[in-house]
Amino acid sequence: MPSLNLVEAVNRALARAMEDDPRVVVLGEDVGVNGGVFRATVGLLERFGPGRVVDTPLAEALIAGMAIGMAAEGLRPVAEIQFAGFAYATLDQILNHAGRLRHRTQGRLACPMVMRTPCGAGIRAPEHHSESPEAIFAHVPGIRVVYPSSPARAYGLLLAAIADPDPVVFLEPSRLYRLWREEVADDGEPLALDRAFVLREGEDLTLVSWGAMVREALAAADALAEEGIAAEVVDVATLKPLDEDTILESVAKSGRCVIVTEAPRTCSFASEVAAVIAERGLTSLLAPIERVTGWDTVTPMARLESRYMPDVPRILAAARKAMRYR
Amino acid sequence: MSVVARFEVRYTQYLDSQGRAVQPLPEFAREPRNLVPAYRAMVLTRALDAKAIALQRTGRMGTYASTLGKEAIDAGCGAVLEKDDVVLPSYRESGILFLRGVSPHRVFLYWGGDERGNVFPESPRDFPFCVPIATQLAHAVGVAYAMKLRGERRAALALAGDGATSKGDFHEALNAAGVWQLPMVVLIVNNQYAISMPRRRQSAAETLAQKGIAAGIACEQVDGNDVIAVREVVGRALERARAGAGPALIEALTYRLSDHTTADDASRYRSADEVAEAWKHEPIARLRNWLVANGAWSKEEEVALQRECTARAEEAAQAYLDTPPPEPEQMFRHLYARLPAAYRWQRDAACGAIAEANHDAEPQPR
Repeated sequence: MPSLNLVEAVNRALARAMEDDPRVVVLGEDVGVNGGVFRATVGLLERFGPGRVVDTPLAEALIAGMAIGMAAEGLRPVAEIQFAGFAYATLDQILNHAGRLRHRTQGRLACPMVMRTPCGAGIRAPEHHSESPEAIFAHVPGIRVVYPSSPARAYGLLLAAIADPDPVVFLEPSRLYRLWREEVADDGEPLALDRAFVLREGEDLTLVSWGAMVREALAAADALAEEGIAAEVVDVATLKPLDEDTILESVAKSGRCVIVTEAPRTCSFASEVAAVIAERGLTSLLAPIERVTGWDTVTPMARLESRYMPDVPRILAAARKAMRYR
Repeated sequence: MSVVARFEVRYTQYLDSQGRAVQPLPEFAREPRNLVPAYRAMVLTRALDAKAIALQRTGRMGTYASTLGKEAIDAGCGAVLEKDDVVLPSYRESGILFLRGVSPHRVFLYWGGDERGNVFPESPRDFPFCVPIATQLAHAVGVAYAMKLRGERRAALALAGDGATSKGDFHEALNAAGVWQLPMVVLIVNNQYAISMPRRRQSAAETLAQKGIAAGIACEQVDGNDVIAVREVVGRALERARAGAGPALIEALTYRLSDHTTADDASRYRSADEVAEAWKHEPIARLRNWLVANGAWSKEEEVALQRECTARAEEAAQAYLDTPPPEPEQMFRHLYARLPAAYRWQRDAACGAIAEANHDAEPQPR
């Protein structure tokens, strides 16, 4: 079984999907000859040729819109937007068309496309390269939003996203791309697109997160264990549609919940998770719901990004606060 | 200093405003009766347009975008499209869709506020009406790319207005079509207005066609009120595209004789004199004059056609009015291929099957 980092797992999933389904095409800026600026598409051009591995002109709205046209015409496009900060130019196409095409033609045309983009802070990248826009996309009806947190889950979720008959925005935490390796079977097995993962069990507190922050939550759970607090860690992974039940079952058990996201606080996806718990899990709560988020400011440049992103101390502070309620 | 490139933009017209041939006609027009189907389509489009406006004015239809004045563009395109081509319309291309076999009552349904108006069983690959400006041009790139990748002898025809040429989407799409030499034709319906904005203030470019030059693709201008010219120019471009000779940009010159939509009042920004002048160049009388002068159309045929078109418009209106409104469940039915479990309670609540306030009383089984 190969040992892969996250970006290699993405690459394996793309290759596997292209191998298994001739309708799958990969398109985006620098995805062909260069193999992608993060090398997510490396080797695909050589294996599958320039017809199916498409270096596009530098035009993000075109890439998204073109993927919609390809999908409606029977292909399975997987578009790459080079950095999340440039994905905002695709919103018109994703919101007005990708998420609506099936509905507004009453099932006559469909839009089985994936739009992948590296996202999140923590790699000391230039300005506009570190945003985490999951909440913006999760607000769009008719699409799915996936945000994996490990090589194996990235592999299985990307295969599922490509096979799914509807549009999927697939957010890849660039901070995790090369952080560690794990065994990935490369067996072509997709994961479910509407199921959260319980990564660690515990009865005292629930930590809910997604993307790069899952790793911080797991580290915080280790630290809490040393204090005698058993934290359960839920990786939401598939933000839209949201697996409410897995989160609620955990909160029903623990009665305390800390939600962690690196995106700005206001209207973040943490707000949605908090609202779901407040609506459906209030009677099991023993403490107020805590959100640990990026600040309501612009994602800072490299020198301040570590002061922007939630980290273990901030998660621990929120967890200890939640534990103080009796 | 040396000149590194020179460009020209050609303009094609066969019939002048009075319907007189200004140059030898293309092969298909040598037998004037060949143009009768186009004439019939143009008259029908206008009759359906009048009916739609009447329905809106009497409170039986929502905001509607009139096709008045662009009938030659629709009929000319409709005549040269093949069944397997894909049309990507803006919101003003009903006339083409009728020629694609789409039942007129569908178009009424659409403007009546019913998504079922975008179901085209007769031309299932064509795109639905596109309301955001120029976004359909990017879709056309993807459609044409798929055609080319599979080696098919097909083409995509995307239509947009003069205002669309100011948008980045237009330039991004043309640029990509040029790079990959896609089987795709973009037709700009230059009707001189983007709501209130006149063509001269939309762009300093002499022609909109020349915007294709920057993308390295074939471009030309055509008299959009001359159906023979539209048919010839668009037909040639589509044939080249299908044969693998690359994309084209065509600017068709016409005039929006109507308000922008029924919610607009064009008298706020243009004079009655200007509109009266534009009527002298409109496409239907021009073609009729030519047909009559060439002995291909009679008064009796005209009377019969008008009667027939009125009846078809009535019939379409009735079919629209007889269509019961959709059930609330329709909001969810085609949102996804299969509605995710997370949203099923919302569907049930929208349909009144469950009380919204009670949906989250207990965690629900998966």
